[in-house]
Amino acid sequence: MKCVGWKCSFSFILVLGALLLTVAPLLAQQTPASSAAPLTIVASAATSEIPRAVNEKLAQLDKDVKAAQSSADNAWMLVSAALVLMMTGPGLALFYGGLVRRKNTLAIMMQSFALMALITVMWALVGYSLCFGGDGHFIGSFEHAFLRGVGADPNPDYAGTIPQLTFMVYQLMFAIITPALITGATAERMKFSGTVLFLALWFLAVYAPLAHMVWGKGGFLNASLGGKFPTLDFAGGTVVHISSGVSALVCALYLGKRTGYPKQPMPPHSLVLSFIGACLLWVGWFGFNAGSALASNSLATSAFVATHFAAAAAALSWSAAEWFKNGRASALGAISGAVAGLVAITPAAGFVGPMPALAIGLIAGVVCYWMVTKVKAIFGYDDALDAFGVHGAGGTIGALLTGVFAQQVINPIFGAGKAVGALDGHWGQVGNQLMGVLIAWVFALVGTLVLLKIVDLLTGIRVPEEHEIEGLDITQHGEEAYNLES
Amino acid sequence: MMKIEAIIQPSRFESVKDALREIGIEGMTVTEVRGHGRQKGHTEVYRGREYTVDLLPKIKLEMVLPDALVNRVVDTILKTAKTGKIGDGKIFLSRVEEAIRIRNEERGENAL
Repeated sequence: MKCVGWKCSFSFILVLGALLLTVAPLLAQQTPASSAAPLTIVASAATSEIPRAVNEKLAQLDKDVKAAQSSADNAWMLVSAALVLMMTGPGLALFYGGLVRRKNTLAIMMQSFALMALITVMWALVGYSLCFGGDGHFIGSFEHAFLRGVGADPNPDYAGTIPQLTFMVYQLMFAIITPALITGATAERMKFSGTVLFLALWFLAVYAPLAHMVWGKGGFLNASLGGKFPTLDFAGGTVVHISSGVSALVCALYLGKRTGYPKQPMPPHSLVLSFIGACLLWVGWFGFNAGSALASNSLATSAFVATHFAAAAAALSWSAAEWFKNGRASALGAISGAVAGLVAITPAAGFVGPMPALAIGLIAGVVCYWMVTKVKAIFGYDDALDAFGVHGAGGTIGALLTGVFAQQVINPIFGAGKAVGALDGHWGQVGNQLMGVLIAWVFALVGTLVLLKIVDLLTGIRVPEEHEIEGLDITQHGEEAYNLES
Repeated sequence: MMKIEAIIQPSRFESVKDALREIGIEGMTVTEVRGHGRQKGHTEVYRGREYTVDLLPKIKLEMVLPDALVNRVVDTILKTAKTGKIGDGKIFLSRVEEAIRIRNEERGENAL
């Protein structure tokens, strides 16, 4: 049947109206008879039978509705979990893999992949429990160690409609990508053994406490479950991006510059790989941000839209800045801008509308461009693949702007009718965000520095200069990314 | 016998090869090389870092010829490899003392 939009609904209403007109008199006539009939039944033997039957039916319907909602939410959350894993492998692995020189390609990809395996095992043993067990202010408990008590039943504190097992595996994917982001700063010169040990310790000592503080029940910075400074962080602006970005800066400073930097040219060996990686990151980010609604609801849609808009706006603003500066818009600039926008919208995704999302993206693109081109050159640190410039800076801007643009019409997180961000008139939220940002910065800074010292003593951190020149693929892993002659 | 080494623009290589085949030149050795003479390179910018690329891709043709053919080959290369811009490359000629075909140990111009 061909029938477009308003025409279709218009004719439908006409038919419906006509039907009602003809049926109405009939109904009016029948009413006395039909209302008399049940009355006699109620008065007879079935007095309690029928209401009970109705109640049972209602209860059953209620159960069915809940089951349907739970199925829908669970389906979306499982897909989201898979999307977030895809951000690390192959997304981030390709993005970073293309940016290094060809002799270090496998090494950087292997670091991401190693974390996919290592963090997963640690998560099952204690990680999940340290992030989401108990109700401490600073860190979780051992309540769910070895995934004790984590099964098909929902955990109503976090996600009341999906199995806790789903929530657990979804959060795991965040714990994987966060340390993987740091490898962008340590690229091309950090030992594999040191990297693995450092990032495993970092996950326990920096990620887990921060995740609990911001997202865990009773956490010091939690916005909805009784935190002292309610910090809005929808999908990980502080927990994921500030923590990894700031730690990345500390790592870059501690490790020192790559041999030959900045005199020797170190151009990316394959922007094609980076391009594919960035596009996979963009798609995966829908699972990251829209999935953080923890349900397949309208808030997920809102976060999905905000995420997409911010990425697009930031790709444009970074490119525009570059065009203005160099007279050309580069592919690397466009994809870096998109990632910067995705980072900045992460804390805000479930709190802001589409127009603020565009604004956040535009701002993030320009600021991150300025961070990686100007600020890095001025201070001279060798943040090899700009983990700090994009994730540290983008995360910080995003967290602060969340306090500005968050609106209760999007997400009434403080209760119905209560102002959320500055746009609602609640300027205090910017202060809360600043507090959250400061704590995340200091925590990541100190934690990373201490851990680097420890790992330096245990395994060493940096490869010898001759290994660096030969490349980490051969010296750390005994293989090469490209054996084109074989 | 003379050895001709011609360093030419990669974009002219196919035309040069076809033209040489037309005048009956069968054998040559081709290498992809990088280098520069007076031609300046270009700059590439990655996240604000500028790299000057001054070693540019070129094609090097090498062939050893009987003296009688040398002038015709040189003329053909000059005609087909020229674009008139800086960076068109150079031709080097040098005398070759001996040539030996490995298969049957023929020597001299017979081995070419």
